[in-house]
Amino acid sequence: MKNIPDTQPQPIKDDLRLNYGPNKKFVTVCAGTGCRAYGSLKVKEALEAELKKQNMNVEVLATGCLGFCEKGPMVIVHPDKYFYQSVKVEDVPEIVSKTVGTGEVISRLLYRHPETKKTLFREEDLPFYKKQRRVVFGSNGMIDPTRIDDYLAIDGYQALAKVLSEMTPEGIISEVKKAGLRGRGGGGFPTAVKWEGVRKAQGFPKYVIANGDEGDPGAYMDRSLMEGNPHSIIEGMIIGAYAVDAHDGYIYVRNEYPLAVTHLTIAIEAAREEGLLGNNILGTGFSFDIHINKGAGAFVCGESSALFASIEGRAGEPRAKYVHAVEKGLWDKPTVLNNVETWANVPLIINKGADWYSSIGTEGSKGTKIFSLVGKIKNTGLIEVPMGTTLYEIIYDMGGGITNGRKFKAVQTGGPSGGCIPESLLDIPVDFDKLTEVGSMMGSGGMIVMDDRSCMVDVARYFLAFLKEESCGKCVPCREGIRRMSDILEDICAGKGKEEDIELLKTMCQAIADGSLCALGGSAPNPVLSTIKYFREEYEAHIKDHRCPAGVCKALITYSINADKCTGCGMCIKVCPTQATSGEKKKAHTIDNNKCTRCGACIESCKFDAITVE
Amino acid sequence: MKKARDVVVKTKQIVKKHKADKSSLIAVLQDIQEAFNYLPKEALKTAAKALNLPFSRMYEAATFYTAFSLKPRGENIVKVCTGTACHVRGASALQDKFERTLCIKPGEMTPDGKFSLETVNCVGACALGPVVVINAEYHGQMTMNKVDKIIDKIKQGGAQ
Repeated sequence: MKNIPDTQPQPIKDDLRLNYGPNKKFVTVCAGTGCRAYGSLKVKEALEAELKKQNMNVEVLATGCLGFCEKGPMVIVHPDKYFYQSVKVEDVPEIVSKTVGTGEVISRLLYRHPETKKTLFREEDLPFYKKQRRVVFGSNGMIDPTRIDDYLAIDGYQALAKVLSEMTPEGIISEVKKAGLRGRGGGGFPTAVKWEGVRKAQGFPKYVIANGDEGDPGAYMDRSLMEGNPHSIIEGMIIGAYAVDAHDGYIYVRNEYPLAVTHLTIAIEAAREEGLLGNNILGTGFSFDIHINKGAGAFVCGESSALFASIEGRAGEPRAKYVHAVEKGLWDKPTVLNNVETWANVPLIINKGADWYSSIGTEGSKGTKIFSLVGKIKNTGLIEVPMGTTLYEIIYDMGGGITNGRKFKAVQTGGPSGGCIPESLLDIPVDFDKLTEVGSMMGSGGMIVMDDRSCMVDVARYFLAFLKEESCGKCVPCREGIRRMSDILEDICAGKGKEEDIELLKTMCQAIADGSLCALGGSAPNPVLSTIKYFREEYEAHIKDHRCPAGVCKALITYSINADKCTGCGMCIKVCPTQATSGEKKKAHTIDNNKCTRCGACIESCKFDAITVE
Repeated sequence: MKKARDVVVKTKQIVKKHKADKSSLIAVLQDIQEAFNYLPKEALKTAAKALNLPFSRMYEAATFYTAFSLKPRGENIVKVCTGTACHVRGASALQDKFERTLCIKPGEMTPDGKFSLETVNCVGACALGPVVVINAEYHGQMTMNKVDKIIDKIKQGGAQ
């Protein structure tokens, strides 16, 4: 087996860094999926056309996701780094003539502090970004992900050059071990232990895989990394492959992420052209290549053995865990499977050192974690924070609190395998161990914030309905048990719950967790157990009083019109699909509850907040 | 629907692009679906033969993964995201609205073949929730009010 390659790696293009010096004038436009939906590509085109029209030779970069999805599309004008939010095509001529042309700032496009009302000029001034530490995710805003030169210009592939010239495979593994890197996909398994296992395993060939099957609904950080900085993942994988002596790698991407597939494909081809992938990488004799596999819409394929099955061209059914992937993974060969965010952390550790890396985070969880902050929160988006940041800081300082002045109720972490955390626990520092302690889990990093209009029984019902569909069907306790639990929760939401149901659910949870091979079944009870633990009174209100306190469960609520607020505008009559609303113009309307299906169309259409739900 | 012979010819071309072994199965199915908008039985039979796999294996994979459809799908595919973030922001009401407007349930196609309605677990655009993806276009912060307008626009303009 090779140790340090005999030949030193050929130098990677060095002159690029000069191109992006601190005084260079250029404009970046966020082109993540979120901003694209807001029309950011049109803004980019308009910027280019306008610059041409005004005879300015300034480059416009369509970058990856900047995280602050609430305020897209975002435009940053360098070198002053003025941060413009919610930019429209109509704003473009002014941006070009004023900010790009003369350096004048347009205050209407700046972010305004919600409390002090002061306009804030730069990204780092915004409360959303202030407490973040964007070591992995921050590069997204500096590069066009379809151009390898941009990545090289921010010192991309330097870590690869370093390991190929100075480090032994064992040295890499011990550095990653010292850094304390744990898997970002959910389990939090120490990455170096996995690598060591594969390095020592007997079988050959060996494989490395990046898990980009981000199945947790509500989490999209992996998507944004694959779309926004694909080379960081590829570089991490090459380093990992060198460390474990693998020559083939796979990136398994969710079917729902077409842009990620496109950007990864472009990145892999560019890396091959630069001699960073393929035979004889940088002239060192080490060879490694990466293939992309697209998933086909199965949540369970995020589980390691199901993912292997899917790459092998079979239905994604997990197998028993006593066969370890490090010995028998893909095609029964030793395999390292890490989440894409984990891979993106690897070049950082190599570049900046294990000591630097392990200085961030908590005792048991090192480094940063990217979370998606979504649901009923003001500043939705992706944040990257040091492990150990409290939920309170995340939700209130960065997230800006709850929308529409409502009251916080719970934050759901860990996707369908996680749980709901109540207000009383907002002070816990977020890391792998603490979240598990309170009955939830880190998962891939989704945080769905819920307010007092979110029904916790409905949330449990929602996740069980999800898991019922996604159970692969191999283990009976998971396949049948989840189905039965889902039925019970449907009944409770329909007002047909029985008093003994809560205890029955708890018993079933135990049986399902004990009797399932993989983590899908093993963690399926979490949404139910955590909501029963922290919000039992809501279950009891549904069962005993036939009441849904949050006003969500259709069978247990009625709509009525507040005559004081109703202006008689007729909108609710127009939109009601069952003609349940009626009344004369300019007089308070009424709702016939026999006809009403609680579809919510009237609530959405009412501009006067006159419809009450009880 | 295409003629059976065209399906066979096209499928053979698709299989040829991939490695002729079982590991290509899912990629082959994806390409077949892209070519025909669903998985025609003739295509599955042809591909099974070309990949040297029993037909049951094709059927197993085609029915296990939710992205595959054994039934023809509409010219326009409406995907309502039912991820958690969209759920707490009212995705189920939105789904009901699409069902009422198109008069079909998820997994079905309108009789005129214009629309299919599907639900998807999460499209990863959670900040825009509730999200509906129609063909390749993302519609963020959807409301029930916008549904009729969007559907009418597509009907008038033909496929997007």
